[in-house]
Amino acid sequence: MSTATHSLPRTIGAHAVLLTYTAIALFPVILVILNSFKSRAGIFGAPLTPPTPKTFDLIGYTTVIGQGDFIHYFQNSLVVTVASLFFVLLFGAMAAFALSEYRFRGNTMMGLYLALGIMIPIRLGTVAILQLMVATGLVNTLTALILVYTAQGLPLAIFILSEFMKQVSDDLKNAGRIDGLSEYTIFFRLVLPLVRPSMATVAVFTMIPIWNDLWFPLILAPSEETKTVTLGAQLFLGQFVTNWNAILAALSLAILPVLILYVIFSRQLIRGITSGAVK
Amino acid sequence: MAAEPRPKRPIRWHIAVFLAPAVLVYTAIMILPLAGTLQLSLFRNIEQSQVFVGLSNFRMLFGDPNWSVNFWNALRNNVWFFIIHMLVQNPIGVLLAALLSSPRLRFAAFYRTAIFVPTILSFVIVGFAWKLILSPIWGVAPHLMDFVGLKSFFTPWLGKEQYALTALSLVSVWQFVGIPMMLIYAALLSIPDEVIEAAECDGVTGMAQFWKIKLPLILPSIGIISILTFVGNFNAFDLIYTAQGALAGPNYSTDILGTFLYRAFFGFQLQVGDPNMGAAIATMMFLIILGGVCVYLFLVQTRLRRYQF
Repeated sequence: MSTATHSLPRTIGAHAVLLTYTAIALFPVILVILNSFKSRAGIFGAPLTPPTPKTFDLIGYTTVIGQGDFIHYFQNSLVVTVASLFFVLLFGAMAAFALSEYRFRGNTMMGLYLALGIMIPIRLGTVAILQLMVATGLVNTLTALILVYTAQGLPLAIFILSEFMKQVSDDLKNAGRIDGLSEYTIFFRLVLPLVRPSMATVAVFTMIPIWNDLWFPLILAPSEETKTVTLGAQLFLGQFVTNWNAILAALSLAILPVLILYVIFSRQLIRGITSGAVK
Repeated sequence: MAAEPRPKRPIRWHIAVFLAPAVLVYTAIMILPLAGTLQLSLFRNIEQSQVFVGLSNFRMLFGDPNWSVNFWNALRNNVWFFIIHMLVQNPIGVLLAALLSSPRLRFAAFYRTAIFVPTILSFVIVGFAWKLILSPIWGVAPHLMDFVGLKSFFTPWLGKEQYALTALSLVSVWQFVGIPMMLIYAALLSIPDEVIEAAECDGVTGMAQFWKIKLPLILPSIGIISILTFVGNFNAFDLIYTAQGALAGPNYSTDILGTFLYRAFFGFQLQVGDPNMGAAIATMMFLIILGGVCVYLFLVQTRLRRYQF
């Protein structure tokens, strides 16, 4: 990099803008978390100050933990997300491999057909999806959600993964073929480990919308048994409109797991998004 | 289709095996229901059985004032929702990305991580947190505005018909600004150093360099972001639902196509749910999104010049 673009006032300006925006991005999150540790008087009296010994109170958390079945909702969300993610990655990688590795009649058509779902949201098919789930008796099961999210995640996964699989060296695969490996072994033992970084990218892209989705849990699985954490939080917040301690505590409990996971995986996520660029 | 043999070659079953699971799940859960929904919009439930009625659901959607007023209102609101995203979210995203990609910027990783935080939060959290912040009961917003002497401008935005939609659009912008930022950032990083160095040799630096060299090179990414924003906005539902409920209050002023579809399909309070009308609205959304995607693919993308390095 040259130093010609490096000047002090410009650097200060850039930091000022970025810091301001960072503050805007983080302020609501920090505000909610700080206030969740306060008493009611503290929340309303001094919303912008951190909890002091005088205003510190865990009443919100005790209410939430006593009332809502959040652990259970959390498990549901986890099962749905992990299972969908597994199927999206496995099926997506298999299809991407078929499309990028072999020439066969209808290859391009198949690619376009699978790419259709990137642009057309699955939500528009909700009316018929619900009918399908009712007909197959899958309403109010986690299976219904897993199926829908797998279908939802596949198009983008196939698209991204086939781009990456084209970059895997042909020589390597052909060497494997000469050594008598089957096509399946080549895929699972040679290609999959090589595209692992792009699998991580796809995983994050797939995971966030699934974890945060409200539409399908609301429509396909609203029962107490199958509620996801997003739907559970929505209903809980609706019930406790006037109990600010409980609301702020519930919000914080919903934010924290995602935030912790994000801080751990943010390097991978950002490297994934920018991976086309940073080689 | 997948395993069709080429002449003089054995059937390559492994291709079919690799493609089958994805194609089956995708077709069964996504394509067929989508087609089924389009088909349902042409039927009506008369005496417990589905009867083909042609376009009469659409005639009702556009002709019956009970439906058409709500539909046009939702569509208008949705267009405004989209305009705000295009005018606010994407320019801010480009600006942040341009700043982040400046060479030798310290703490770039920290900024990137922090600005992306809202994007990973669920709509429920975002909707509620902003509802609390903008609430006159809590008073955080007027308190903050007092710092900069703007307290007199405060109104309960989410509760006023003329402001609620704009306020929610801005909340959505706040949440999703990380996506254009990241994609543009990636595009900016992929510009080779030689191009930038050549520009510097010719004395093109700073702002001029951004406008004349970098912006033309990232235009394809801006195109992709625009179409992603379009599809996302005309399919939005969650934020409005969590912040304002299915009735998209006050007085339907924040109603967009997603919430309108939800009410039509499931019914709400006095209205009885009607899957066929829901399907008709979903069909309209499908056509709108398809139209947008076609405009992008045939008009925008073909005119954008792509540079291969």
